[in-house]
Amino acid sequence: MYDDMVTARYYEERLQEEYLEGKQPAFDISAGPIPGELHLAAGHEASGAGVCRHLRDVDTVTAPHRPHHVAIAKGVDLKRMTAEIFGRQTGLGKGKGGHMHLFDPDVNFACSGIIAQGCPPAVGAALASKKRNQDSVAVAFLGEGAIDQGGFFESLNLASVQELPVVFVVEDNDWAISMPKSRVTDVEDGSRRADGFDLPGVRVDHDDAVAVYEAAGEAIGRARDGNGPTLIEVQVHRRMGHFMGDAQAYRPDEDKERATERDSIERIEADLREQGVEDHEIESIREKAHDRVNEAIEWAKDQPEPDPEEAYEDVFTNSPSGVEEIEPMLEATGGDE
Amino acid sequence: MAQKTQSAERELTMSRAMVEAIATEMRESEEVFVMGEDIADYGGIFDSTQGLLDEFGHERIMDVPIAETGFIGAGVGAAQSGMRPIVELMFADFFGVCMDQIYNNMAKNTYMSGGAFSVPMVLMTAVGGTYNDAAQHSQTLYGTFAHLPGMKVVVPSTAYDAKGLMHNAIRDDDPVVFMFHKRLMGIGWMPAPDGPKTGVPEDPYTIPFGEASVQREGSDVTVVTLGLHVHRALDAAETLADDGIDAEVIDLRTLKPLDTDTVLESVRKTGRLVVVDEDYRSYGVTGEIVATVAEDALADLEAVERLALPDVPIPYSRPLEDEVIPGVEDIADAVRMVQG
Ligand SMILES: Cc1ncc(C[n+]2csc(CCOP(=O)(O)OP(=O)(O)O)c2C)c(N)n1
Repeated sequence: MYDDMVTARYYEERLQEEYLEGKQPAFDISAGPIPGELHLAAGHEASGAGVCRHLRDVDTVTAPHRPHHVAIAKGVDLKRMTAEIFGRQTGLGKGKGGHMHLFDPDVNFACSGIIAQGCPPAVGAALASKKRNQDSVAVAFLGEGAIDQGGFFESLNLASVQELPVVFVVEDNDWAISMPKSRVTDVEDGSRRADGFDLPGVRVDHDDAVAVYEAAGEAIGRARDGNGPTLIEVQVHRRMGHFMGDAQAYRPDEDKERATERDSIERIEADLREQGVEDHEIESIREKAHDRVNEAIEWAKDQPEPDPEEAYEDVFTNSPSGVEEIEPMLEATGGDE
Repeated sequence: MAQKTQSAERELTMSRAMVEAIATEMRESEEVFVMGEDIADYGGIFDSTQGLLDEFGHERIMDVPIAETGFIGAGVGAAQSGMRPIVELMFADFFGVCMDQIYNNMAKNTYMSGGAFSVPMVLMTAVGGTYNDAAQHSQTLYGTFAHLPGMKVVVPSTAYDAKGLMHNAIRDDDPVVFMFHKRLMGIGWMPAPDGPKTGVPEDPYTIPFGEASVQREGSDVTVVTLGLHVHRALDAAETLADDGIDAEVIDLRTLKPLDTDTVLESVRKTGRLVVVDEDYRSYGVTGEIVATVAEDALADLEAVERLALPDVPIPYSRPLEDEVIPGVEDIADAVRMVQG
């Protein structure tokens, strides 16, 4: 669990460096080796690691727009994920998806950048598992800002009434971009939303990976045993802006400080030390994580970019005849430079 | 008819121009308010409401839960109650979670009530790619919104137009979808081309819907487009001028109502038509314009070309996105094609 957390943290620190290349001093979102939006999850690691430790490759995870820590914990191929973020041909989605849209069928991982819209597919994966009499489960991750979305409520209801093996994990970092939780809901404890659907709701405070691990173990066990869904809300912290380039002018300084004071990684390190784990052991886990991350990033950067013609592939699995004719009549010129 | 950008001392970005119109209307009438995600303290992710909170406070510049069905539908209800809500859908791509409120209520209630209700609401939304944000955050979807009857659809390409069209949108008694291209807003972190920043008069003015703007006069070929691609077409026209091809560039400005007269008049003059759109090709703006011209000016039409997204979801990687979104060179090539 600790190794997943430090891998995720270090991975994002490295991504951040790469992302900012070419975007300094003036931040231009479309410049540099990684364009587009980048949502980092520093401060969220406890939930991804604590939950996914209970999962096998056959179990499904759907992640939202802030997916890296969850993907790493679920065992998504780190090299191909990185290549995808760099928009390379050998990336998970051949450069078509990018950082918010990571798909790895080997470990049943999928993403959506549309808020809460990973919930219904997770319910669908759980439905498939139940219909086939399998014991695989599905987990949908989403932010506290996403739990006002209709798709979330509909998913809770369907999962509950069908007793499906699915767990909803809400990462409560108190902010949805610039909107504090208090501005958009009167219910501070998001796990209470489970009440309305007659399913168990649990809240884990203080970025405590061990407590997340325990709560998730119970929920996932219940799901595997055919006893239906659970909603878990985990208090995490957003140590950074919503996306890279977000100056956070809307956010009080105290809140930014508070978010960095409580650190799930420091906390689990303290736990480990208390249990007698020695510093050199912790150091060696860190080193391994760093090596793995550096290797993935170097590999990814060496990968080729896709050929422009590949833009037309993969729209369908079985291309209907005639689809090719929809391509532009002109010779491709590669856009404006 | 054709209305050119007026010169004024003061130049504004497109976002400042939109905000100025909204602020003016809000001062005029207590019935006007704004609702959306991150529109208050943040000022809109694309600066569409920047600075409004300071003057009007959270009561009238309302951050709302991320629940578009709920708040867009609430906008419809408030509008039917006679208020004039401006509601922001952060990215047009997110329409999927709330299209029922947009299409089955906002757009149809006037008709279904036999005119008993009107829905004077502005749905403002960001469109467009060119910064590699991939398939769920880069669409323009002009065609989708313009295809559905009951909504007026506005797509400004300059600050001057954005202000005049926004005034008109807020005063209009019907639902208006105001689709602004992110790349034109003049946001710090997403540099705009030079074109959209224009002179903008301080006094309020309206630009009526259904009046295209001839952005460049020319005699050889008519290029019809909108949004970001107006600027790309103008750049292409400059290149073409060097080759001795004189292109006329028409900015549609509104898709519903659509100014077919200006397009037809131009095609009758040039005989050649290129339509450029950042939206999908099939069943979209390009098809609509070509069909209109074919219906009404077939005899004058010598050659046609259309450039649009080739019916693929917008890819993330730079070479792929560049391939599918029409660029300046693509437009110049298309014009050369119809020149024969
Ligand atoms: C349906 C929809 N509406 C709005 C957005 C824009 N958006 C992306 S992330 C975000 C905030 C999400 O907050 P939260 O769920 O708390 O997750 P966090 O970013 O804090 O991890 C918003 C509004 C979206 N992607 N999809």
